[in-house]
Amino acid sequence: MAANVFVVNTLVMTVPMALAAIGGMFSERSGVMNIALEGKMLMGACTLALVGAATGNPWIALGAAMVVATIMSLIHAVLTQIYKLDHVVSGMAINALALGSAKFLSDKFLDASKQIAFLPMEVFVGLGLLIPFLTAAWLRWTRGGLRLMATGSDPEKCRQIGLEPVKVRYESLIVTGVLCGIAGSAIVTNAGQFGEYVTAGKGFMALAALILGGWRPLPTLLACLGFGVTQALQLQLQGSHLMGASLPSEAWNATPYLVTLLALIVLGAKNRAPAGLGKP
Amino acid sequence: MIKHGWLGVAIGSLMALAMVGCGSSGSSGNSNEPQGATAGGPQTEGKKLKIGIVFDRGGLGDKSFNDSAWRGIQKAEQELGVEIRKVETKNEKDYEVNQSTLADAGMDLVIAVGLNQETALRNVAAKFPNVKFAIVDGSVKAPNVRELRFKEEEGSFLVGYLAGLTTKSKKLGFVGGMKLDLILKFQYGYMAGAMYADKTITILPAKFTDNWDDTQKAKAAANVLFADGADIVYHAAGRAGLGVITAAKEVGKLAIGVDSDQDDIAPGSVLTSMIKKVDAAVFATIKDLKDGKYEAGEVRYDLKSDGVGTSEFKNTKALIGEANIAKMEEIKKKIIGGEIKVPATEAEYNDFISKL
Repeated sequence: MAANVFVVNTLVMTVPMALAAIGGMFSERSGVMNIALEGKMLMGACTLALVGAATGNPWIALGAAMVVATIMSLIHAVLTQIYKLDHVVSGMAINALALGSAKFLSDKFLDASKQIAFLPMEVFVGLGLLIPFLTAAWLRWTRGGLRLMATGSDPEKCRQIGLEPVKVRYESLIVTGVLCGIAGSAIVTNAGQFGEYVTAGKGFMALAALILGGWRPLPTLLACLGFGVTQALQLQLQGSHLMGASLPSEAWNATPYLVTLLALIVLGAKNRAPAGLGKP
Repeated sequence: MIKHGWLGVAIGSLMALAMVGCGSSGSSGNSNEPQGATAGGPQTEGKKLKIGIVFDRGGLGDKSFNDSAWRGIQKAEQELGVEIRKVETKNEKDYEVNQSTLADAGMDLVIAVGLNQETALRNVAAKFPNVKFAIVDGSVKAPNVRELRFKEEEGSFLVGYLAGLTTKSKKLGFVGGMKLDLILKFQYGYMAGAMYADKTITILPAKFTDNWDDTQKAKAAANVLFADGADIVYHAAGRAGLGVITAAKEVGKLAIGVDSDQDDIAPGSVLTSMIKKVDAAVFATIKDLKDGKYEAGEVRYDLKSDGVGTSEFKNTKALIGEANIAKMEEIKKKIIGGEIKVPATEAEYNDFISKL
């Protein structure tokens, strides 16, 4: 029973992070730095709750969540590609926009007396574990995947051989939006209710996992799994006398970020990050 | 670039919309202009009192103590005819700005909700000696600050006692937000109440989420406790704690709510709620100010003054049983009479247990 709960806890905490991280991978591989995963997830989460409560149909709600998160992602695309705004600044703007909108929309339109229609959490767990593998295969074996990698590595050379980096970025940011929409939906489905705090910084954890995983899908999934295990293990051990339980909880909470920092120092970020990150 | 002109307009209007969105919820950290709410209600002689309120990061809609404070101030608006203004704070760095803005805007009384505003209020209260302040949960010693503090351990003792009478597995759990002295009062009061009801009960090691937001983590923590055999879990984890209620509902066990009446969030899955009557404290403070009876310093809200208590058990009366509710009323009298001294710290708890 206890082992069962440990596995479930690990999975439900890993999956939203993994989905958002793979979404982030698409964006960053195409050259758009993405610190706005949190905001896109939040809008997805908010939409799922609103539409899920209003229509009572969980599939429509999931679809709407994907659409709204994608709109957020496209705003990001327009800001960075047409108006050439700084990627970090525009990412922060997206996060702020999402926080304000989610709070406003849920305050005004979320009817607390209505039950939100949820899909089973297993659907999200399945997607969260499957999508990284599909992405890995797509990147390696398809023309589109190779184009994405090329755009992220050297946008200038891509232009010379007739690829349009901007087009690739738009497509990638659409994928980012869709995946963040699913990630946000997974969080609300698991939490059972929506509040504008519900994403609780998981978009930033996803970003850390993406960096730790070297912007590659399977290592990124592994990093997310590592973060999930850390959290689940911490909850399991708290208050017991097993090894590690005596560590202060702050140390446990800082672990994902510490591991990411260490990995950056040891492996070097420069060599692993897409070379074209943030370039026009 | 020209052909994208319409996009610029679209984005411009979107951003404007976003700012309106922030403004109307008052959530923007940089918004120096708090949102006003005009007063209705009966006119009183002379000029209306102006009351400002600065919410904690939890903000409105936390189904917990921010909402409770808001109910108190709204009641004052209707019954005492005061004018109110509210600000929500999204970033802890902005407490000072938000408090100062209200003080500077000619408020007669500014209410800061939450322990986290302590440091900010210490500075602001000194800067505005002519404005009166009140802080919920915090401790600020100044000639113009009233501290509204609660004996959470007494209310927690009652819900713990009920849990002790109701549990079938004889195992109870607790999920806290952060390991602060404030949260430990909830924990040890609860544990003492449960042990007072039945000495053979096992209280599983408490779990802490280390934040007030992560609903998923609080739910995971509750699931660990339920899997370890607990059938009732009490939470004091703010908004994150709503995850404990979700967990209880999913596995068919019980949660105990906190701060506000959370019984209706999942009817039948919430045994009771430990209610902290922040609304009553806020209302009383405003009324005192109106009647010229405002005094600075600490005001304690406990069982005796009806500042803490349990919910009405409207969904769980059959489960708890009339006899047990009557027993709880007896215990309540004993606490009020000083016969039972409820522990608020680990040391006091150990002492309490050794005497059982």
